Amino acid sequence: MQQRRPLDQVYTNRKLLNGQLDTPRWWLPTVSILGVLVLIGIGVIAIMVNKGLGVTGLSRPVFWGLFITTFVFWVGISHAGIMISAILRLTQAEWRRPVTRAAELLTVFSLLTALVFPLIHAGRPWRIAYWITPYDLGRGIYPNIRSPLIWDPVAIGTYLTGSTLFLYVALLPDLGNLRDRTTGWRNSLYTVLALGWRGNPRQWKLQTVGGILLSALMLPIFVSVHSIVSWDFAVVPAVEGWHSTIFAPYFVIGAIHSGVSAVVTMMALMRWLWKWDDFIRPEHFDALARLLIVVATAWLGFTFLELIFAVYGQDAPEIALREMQMFQWPWNMLFIIFLLCAYLIPVPMWLFKRVRTNIALMFWTSILVNIGMWLERFLIIVPGLSRRTPFVYVWDSYRPSAVEWTILIWSFCWVTFLMLLFSKFFPLVPLFEQKESQVFTDDVMIGRARVPAIIREAD
Amino acid sequence: MSTRSMLGLFQEPEPAADAMDGLKEAGFELGSFDVLTGVPYPEGAFGEHVPQHRLFRFPVFGAIIGFTLAIFLTAVTQLAYPVVTGGKPILSLFAMLIIMYEMTMLAAVISSVVGIIFESRLPNMKPGIYDPRITEGWIGVVVTFDDDSRIADAESVFNKAGALEIKHAS
Repeated sequence: MQQRRPLDQVYTNRKLLNGQLDTPRWWLPTVSILGVLVLIGIGVIAIMVNKGLGVTGLSRPVFWGLFITTFVFWVGISHAGIMISAILRLTQAEWRRPVTRAAELLTVFSLLTALVFPLIHAGRPWRIAYWITPYDLGRGIYPNIRSPLIWDPVAIGTYLTGSTLFLYVALLPDLGNLRDRTTGWRNSLYTVLALGWRGNPRQWKLQTVGGILLSALMLPIFVSVHSIVSWDFAVVPAVEGWHSTIFAPYFVIGAIHSGVSAVVTMMALMRWLWKWDDFIRPEHFDALARLLIVVATAWLGFTFLELIFAVYGQDAPEIALREMQMFQWPWNMLFIIFLLCAYLIPVPMWLFKRVRTNIALMFWTSILVNIGMWLERFLIIVPGLSRRTPFVYVWDSYRPSAVEWTILIWSFCWVTFLMLLFSKFFPLVPLFEQKESQVFTDDVMIGRARVPAIIREAD
Repeated sequence: MSTRSMLGLFQEPEPAADAMDGLKEAGFELGSFDVLTGVPYPEGAFGEHVPQHRLFRFPVFGAIIGFTLAIFLTAVTQLAYPVVTGGKPILSLFAMLIIMYEMTMLAAVISSVVGIIFESRLPNMKPGIYDPRITEGWIGVVVTFDDDSRIADAESVFNKAGALEIKHAS
């Protein structure tokens, strides 16, 4: 951590508010193109709702396909926010500072996107209301709380609400900053949103203590959310490959792997697009890659455990499923790509500091991880359903249709669109955290070496 | 007699701390002066009164409310429409625990956020005298008083401490 150079607060304001106070040249064309793609995606969703699920590749016996895979994928990505923000806040990790806001934001937008998938997957989205709200009080019909399909919206709703509030509370000082730097309607907007923030010791104390309190509260929620998502599968005894007791921790660690990788992707883009070289430095990628090596290896351990527990019992249907997953075309090809992308290519590369501090390599390896992690979810969900089982006389291999692929691509455009839209109005890097780091860091001489030292208050 | 405010602006923490000490010595009441900064300085850096708060009560109350609502949603709705499935008890404790856990945590988070905002004395739609340079690294010491004769005292404290600028508001 010796790459820091002293930056004054005026410079920090100017650089980190460049998205809000000026509009970068690339912003409008990019947002416009994404906007068009988002509209096309919404149009395709509308066609699917109108025509019914027949336009998808879903057919007996595979009724959970690309949509549910993508739902689990986006819930996984959402775990980046709290993992990074809460854990690093609680442990007072200095390198968290430029990362937290983007990670929290990714949580909120990916959760919003994830929620779309079960909704459209139902075919008649308006009927979802029947599942999750008491819809017929006269006849006393209430949601079936025994169903994991109710646990999901409750858990995700809690996580989304909590993450949004967490994001807002941490934004308050920066909203005050934006209020001070803007005029006209923007000033009025930030004045209202900043709630009269002034930056007195009471407000700063509550900001610090509140951040730690919310982190501590959000962490158990974060663990519960992906556990509950995993139970959508794990509590189904009839499908081989789904019914596993280790699914909850396996899903949570997989979510962290994919979420932290998504943060790396986003950090690289932020550094390149907004030219934040002074704030998002190679040392941050180095720290994230070290974290990823540990997380990815733990995740690989769970992948291995899941496999070994499945085959060790010598249960014929389970063995048949694993054979299909790993040795039958096209699943074997997907399985190899999945392992290569999620672990075998990126992790050995991250062992080298030259790679960890090379932003382009970190960007591409983090994208590889998420390709692999999407495939992992696909390989968990689909083969278990598509395997030919006794007493099922109608089956077909699942081939996602163009509609499903379009909606998958739409989800990526949608999250990026929301992020860019957010970046026009709110800073993606917490300014006060950056400034705090500058104020409380000083160089000390140890022998003849000049070393940056962090001054920290004793608890 | 109207309430007046005065803001002294400093670029370094030491003179701002001197101004705070000076205001104390000049007899300004504790709570009538405050320091405004763009970053969180360590507690007591300006010799200010260390703020007390009751934030930790909020999540506890929130959790109790959330837990109570969750019991209502899970137990009462199952009892209101009692469908016996497979000879199992009407109340499914494992499933109830999941919903109860999530609702308890949700209410705890919401009440914590309410607590953070309330204890920060926000929203404050009349925040008083202020300067945008505070979010550029300047440090503001603000003092509020009713007695016009104290203007000179406050000004003298700020000048003595080396304020770069003094702003008035009434």
